[in-house]
Amino acid sequence: MGKLYDLLLQDIRFEEGLNACMNCGVCTAICPAAEFYKYDPREIVDTVQTKDESKIEALMRGETIWYCGQCMSCKTRCPRGNTPAMVIMALRTLSQKLGYFTDSEKGRQQFAIKRTVGENILKYGYCVPTYEVKPEMHPEQGPIWNYISENIEEVMERLGANLRKPGPGSMRQIHQSNLDELDKIFEVSGGYNMFNDIEQHSEKKANEMGLEFKKQGTDNEYFRHVYTFNSGNHSKE
Amino acid sequence: MDATNNIWKNYQKEIADDHYYYVRSCIRQSFFPASEEFFLKVLKDELGKDIFDDPNHTTCTGIGYHADVVPFETIMTVVARHFALMKESGYKNIIISCVTSFGIYTEIIETWKHFPEVLEKTRENLYKATKREFDIPVNMAHSSDIIYKFRHEIADKLKYRLVNQITGKPLKVVEHIGCHYSKMFPKYGVGGAEFPQVLAGMINAWGGNVIDYPERRHCCGFGFRQYLVQANRGYSAANSKKKFESMEPYKPDLILCNCPGCTMFMDKWQYTISEMEAKTYGENNQGIPVLTYEELAGLVLGYNPWDLGLQFHQIQSEPLLHKMGIEFSQKDKYKTRSGIQMPMPECPANISF
Repeated sequence: MGKLYDLLLQDIRFEEGLNACMNCGVCTAICPAAEFYKYDPREIVDTVQTKDESKIEALMRGETIWYCGQCMSCKTRCPRGNTPAMVIMALRTLSQKLGYFTDSEKGRQQFAIKRTVGENILKYGYCVPTYEVKPEMHPEQGPIWNYISENIEEVMERLGANLRKPGPGSMRQIHQSNLDELDKIFEVSGGYNMFNDIEQHSEKKANEMGLEFKKQGTDNEYFRHVYTFNSGNHSKE
Repeated sequence: MDATNNIWKNYQKEIADDHYYYVRSCIRQSFFPASEEFFLKVLKDELGKDIFDDPNHTTCTGIGYHADVVPFETIMTVVARHFALMKESGYKNIIISCVTSFGIYTEIIETWKHFPEVLEKTRENLYKATKREFDIPVNMAHSSDIIYKFRHEIADKLKYRLVNQITGKPLKVVEHIGCHYSKMFPKYGVGGAEFPQVLAGMINAWGGNVIDYPERRHCCGFGFRQYLVQANRGYSAANSKKKFESMEPYKPDLILCNCPGCTMFMDKWQYTISEMEAKTYGENNQGIPVLTYEELAGLVLGYNPWDLGLQFHQIQSEPLLHKMGIEFSQKDKYKTRSGIQMPMPECPANISF
């Protein structure tokens, strides 16, 4: 048994997600990502269960593990009780720990997610608060979202929310004592380790690519690049 | 028939009758804040239930978890903290307002059952971080489970039915329950993964007809990282489009969603597709209205649609309101809570507003 496979086995989702794949392909048949991307979850699970170190490393350095949309439809349908989407989660986690994720266009996007959703969690206590869904980053939200963003105080008040105020209610301000507890949870449970892995490897990659990198925020070339760049080589035509 | 009934028993879910601890959803609060406020109001005022809205809980971190920036150990500890807050407040039944969160709670509880050492490690992590201790809830429900449980009580108070007032025929309703409600752990969902009834039960109880269409169980396309990163959003739009194309021949009057994310995507991607392809679904280029189950419950109970927030969806709901015979004031639509006129939003180029 190889080193990478051993590391994957330490992830409980991998232990739960992979028993013995018989290559029936039902997961691929039901998979929304397999319909859109050049992607086949059956192949990924089959590759992993070969326990071939070089092939597993190639997966973690490649694009395909980042195509899964985590809908978990594969879990419902696998006749062997496997969950390819959970195997994917274990591969992604290890890819970030080892720094392999920056070798792929889709993997590098983890930096953008960490700088947005990841930091929202600790700053606000929400993954996606209304006021951080910026219209310029979300043109697909349409003119109604521009309107809501421009009139957020009035809209939230009309709808009975408690926007950024103390006490209970929708979009309330999460009290600092609760944010402090989240911070401690991230410290003791490995949350900050994952953040640091993403940051360190991303900074290294930005330097290799000759793109400006800043220690904080989204106003830098590397963020804009990973957030918006699409080589066009991923989807089925 | 007995055999059918016996099989159906396997798909039932026990839902607590009263005394709930409520955990909110990041997406439902951000995009449909009135839905959460209405849910609390209907439980307290219409149904006379005890529900605790605790300001001390936070995000479960679920979007970060499924987008692979939050480790499993971390999200387990955050959820354990919510269980600790529930215990400290004297509650044993939890209601979860988000399908992503609900899926995570089920995954965590099932993990703890199979791996007791992981449960113990989570207890240690939580205590080390917060000095808190927790119990696993006795009963766990998604907030739609509660509306489903009390759908007949709500039906007894109906002011408007899901019936076209002009034709007298039931409205045709598409329901979308959201992947994480029961695809991962079917036993936690009403009707499991195969025969989900949570929304269909409401629609039937309130007079509508459920449309069964080919892509009924297909994902809305959120895909976590597939939406969160702008470069990937083609995946998300393409999956919603697949559903719209599949439901279009059935001429739905309404799309009813379980998950706040799905509600938002099914609403907003109709706009995006109209811009990209000049294709608008629904009658008269108006789009197909997409509602949360709280919004629909509010409408049938006779609440003001603008207090429910329907004017802040991209697809406007007037065609549905007219069909249901709902009385509403157009002048009140874009006013502040105190009645001051607000500016009007811009009309999309290819959707009749």
